[in-house]
Order: sequence, then structure tokens, then C-alpha cells
Amino acid sequence: MSAQGGLVVEGLHKSFGRTEVLRGIDLSVAEHEVVCLIGASGSGKSTLLRCVNLLEPIDAGRIVVNGEEITAHGVDVNRVRRGIGIVFQAFNLFPHMSVLDNVTLGPRRALGLPRGEAEAEARDLLTRFGLAEKMDDYPDRLSGGQQQRVAIVRALATRPRLMLLDEITSALDPELVAEVLEVVRGLARDGMTMVIATHEMGFARDIANRVCFLDGGVILEQGPPEQIFTAPREDRTQQFLARIIAAGRM
Amino acid sequence: MTAPDPGRRSRILGGGFSPLTNMSIALVSTIVFLVVVALLIVNAPGWETVKQSFFNVGEGRDTFPLVARAFLLNVKMFLIAEALILLFALVIAVMRGLPGPVFFPLRALAIGYTDFFRGVPTILVIYVLGFGAPGLNLTGVPTNPVVWGVVGLVLVYSAYVSEVYRAGIESIHPSQEAAARSLGLSRAQALRFVILPQAVRRVIPPLLNDFIGLQKDTALVSVLGSVDALQQANINSAADFNYTPYLIAAFFFVIITIPLARFTDWLIARERRRRQAGGVA
Repeated sequence: MSAQGGLVVEGLHKSFGRTEVLRGIDLSVAEHEVVCLIGASGSGKSTLLRCVNLLEPIDAGRIVVNGEEITAHGVDVNRVRRGIGIVFQAFNLFPHMSVLDNVTLGPRRALGLPRGEAEAEARDLLTRFGLAEKMDDYPDRLSGGQQQRVAIVRALATRPRLMLLDEITSALDPELVAEVLEVVRGLARDGMTMVIATHEMGFARDIANRVCFLDGGVILEQGPPEQIFTAPREDRTQQFLARIIAAGRM
Repeated sequence: MTAPDPGRRSRILGGGFSPLTNMSIALVSTIVFLVVVALLIVNAPGWETVKQSFFNVGEGRDTFPLVARAFLLNVKMFLIAEALILLFALVIAVMRGLPGPVFFPLRALAIGYTDFFRGVPTILVIYVLGFGAPGLNLTGVPTNPVVWGVVGLVLVYSAYVSEVYRAGIESIHPSQEAAARSLGLSRAQALRFVILPQAVRRVIPPLLNDFIGLQKDTALVSVLGSVDALQQANINSAADFNYTPYLIAAFFFVIITIPLARFTDWLIARERRRRQAGGVA
């Protein structure tokens, strides 16, 4: 693994059928940096994250993670994905497995750790995130907030150096949002490199080193949170933030 | 979590009175129904002849142990066939789901296979295999008709069961595979650890339903001359000019099928309860 961490995206294009969702994304995220992606639904935030995790094949451009071009030919996608954690809006936990098995699946099958070692590590992680009591429960028995925390632990279990969070609080009841965001704040304090697609503007403002506003498949404007939220340069950014404020989300 | 819903009534008993009243009404009407049917049959002009040839107590007593012993062959056939079908059908279903142009030949093979064997009558497959394959006189090819009968059943039923598996696999949301792949699991690992365990659980009831059909169809192997329950009944009935052995054979097929049918019902009911109690999408 390269010593140089972080993420570089250059000229990324992605279409679904005849709809071009990403029209040339350029983004670089330094190691230990937290970047928040904001923008309306359909602006390409989720697609960008899915492309970075190679869950979607890209049409043009290149993506470099931890110094390695992961979009090059012949790259072992399974190895690349182990180094990148992704958390989804809908949790996507495995309903037929206990919490502990959800978390150890990656380490055991993708990293090849023996069961005992994988479980010991998983127990540590689950305890650290306040889920020690829930280890043997099945996902259906957990609250949304607990499920999403398990999903974060599951993504962390393969020891990634880059975390991608895709609107991870959008499917949660309002009173459960805080516990999940607290976990993410903890990760940021520990120096995890993260790219976070979010509608929680207050949270983005607090946690991000940089905020990118996506519009129509490009990064229309980016900068430190204070600048984006208080003095956006682009009309579209101003309109977007005005709508957010009108909706009481900031 | 599974509080009985007072608004819902037993599907079998039905009715809108108290449970005890319902049960009594059901009991009385069942008895009346059976008595009427029995009287109709017993008073039919040909009843004495039918009774002699189908419900002959002496004949039944004599042939029961013979048919019972022969039925063991049916049990052996369906147990072996079921184990093979579970495995073989899964291979076909997975082959059919392989992605990408490279695997087109395998996909086409799987589709051709299911189309063909669901279309051909089972008895034809058994005939052709049972008389054709040993006729090749190849060394190492078994000549036992039972072997070819079971092969025929496996080929036909695997086509049905593979479609059941496929329906299960396709019912698992793609986000489950995305989540598994995002952890660094290969496609095969995602299938093995995440998709198939959920898919198989969902299709157990329809799968057992196919097995009920299979258990009956083991009787078709008797066309090859092997002595199963049906063939034994054939022999006795031809020797004694009496049809009672057929009813004995039918009795065994029903007896072995009912437990599986009830077990399937129970699984379906449990799945429905679980989903309603869970309520989480």
C-alpha cells in the first residue's frame, strides 16, 4: 500500500443510458481531509461515491486512491474495495446474519482473517461504537440509528483508509440522526479521510474541511464551509442554499 | 409479537360465531356430508361389484406387505433424487445468472436445458433414458432401470427447481450484492455468503411443493419394469383380477406426501407471520 493517502478524481464522466449523470468531475481529497458533497437530489453525489468504490463502471476519466490508479486496466477490484469503506443511505445490512457476522464477513472472507481474530476485532469496534449489547441481534431488531452504526462498523472492519458516506442519515428518523453523526465526528477526529454526501448542512459546516457543491454532474463550486455557506459565489449555490434554509434544514 | 388478529378467522373452519360453535358446526356438517356421500355410493347399483374389485379386505390384507416393501424403492428413489436435484438445480440457476458476454454459452445452455426438460413429458424422458442408455452397450454405463429412472426424474425436476431458485435469487435486492462487493468480496463470495442464503430461505415452500410432485412421479419409473409400489400393485392385481392393490399403493403415496404438504403449509404460514411481525421493509 502506498504511503501517500487520499483521493484524486480527474475528468470523471458517467452516463446511465442516455442520461449523463457525471459530466467531468475533478476532485482531490488529501489524506485526513473531510470533504462534504452537497447538492440537490440527482446532482450526482451518490453516483460519484459509487464510482469511487468501483460499484459503477465509469465512462471516462481516472480515479486514484492512496496513490494507485484504481480505474486502470487489470486492477484487482476486490483488493481496491477492501481499502475503501462505503456506507449507504439504506444501511444494506445483511438481514440473515447477526450484527457480529455482518461485521466479520469482510475481514473473514475478503481479508482472510481467521474467525477468532476477526471476531475479536469486531467486538472491539462494536464496543467502541456503543453496540456491544447488540452483537448477537439480527438487524431487523435494531433501530435505524443502530443499524446505520453497525453499517459504519462493518465498513471500518476491513481497515479502509478512505470512507465514503452516502447520505447516511437521510433514511433515519430525526431523533436518530445525532447518534450517527456523532460516530462520524469521532472518525474525523481520528483522522479518517472521508468523502460525505449529505443533506445535513449544519453537520457539513461543522465537520468538513471543504465543501463541494455539485450541480448538473459537475462540481460547480468548492471551498471552506464558511465561504460556501455564508458567501457562495455561484448563483446556483445561492439558490440551493436558499431552498435548504426555506425548508428549515439549516 | 404474534398476537392473534381477532378479525381474522381460520381459513379452514371459517364462520363468524365463537370458536367452539364454529368447530361444532364444521364437525356436524362434515359428518352429514360424509354420510350422504357414503349412502350415495353404497346404494349405487354397481356398488357390490366395485366393492369386490376395489375394496376387497382379503386381497388388501394379502398384498399390503408386498406393496409396502415395494414402496421402499419409491422412498429410496425420491430421497436420492431430491438430494441430487437440490444441488444440480442450483448449478443451473447460478449458470443462468452469470453476467457478461463471456458466459453467454453457459447462460444459453442453462436456458435451453430448462426449456427442454420442462417441455418434455417426464414419462418420455424416463422411457428414452431407461431403454436407450443401457442399449448403447457402453462399458461402465449402468443397466439398472432404477438408476436411469432416477436420472430422468433428476433431469426433469432440476429444470423446475432451478427456476424456483432463480426466482429466489432475483428477489434479493441488488443493494445486497453492492454491500457485499463493497467489502471486497468477490462476486462468487457475495453469491455464496449473502445472496444464496437469503434466496434459498425465500423459496423453501415452492421448492417443497415441487418435491411433493416428485414423490408421486417416482411411480413413473415402473414403466421400465422395476418393482416399485405401483408395479407391485400391477402384478398382484393382474394375478388376482382385483384392483384393491392399486388403492393400497395410492394409500402409501398419500401417506408419505401429507406430512411434507403440512410442513410446507407451516413454513409458508411462519414466513407470513414473520414478515407481518417484522414490518420493516
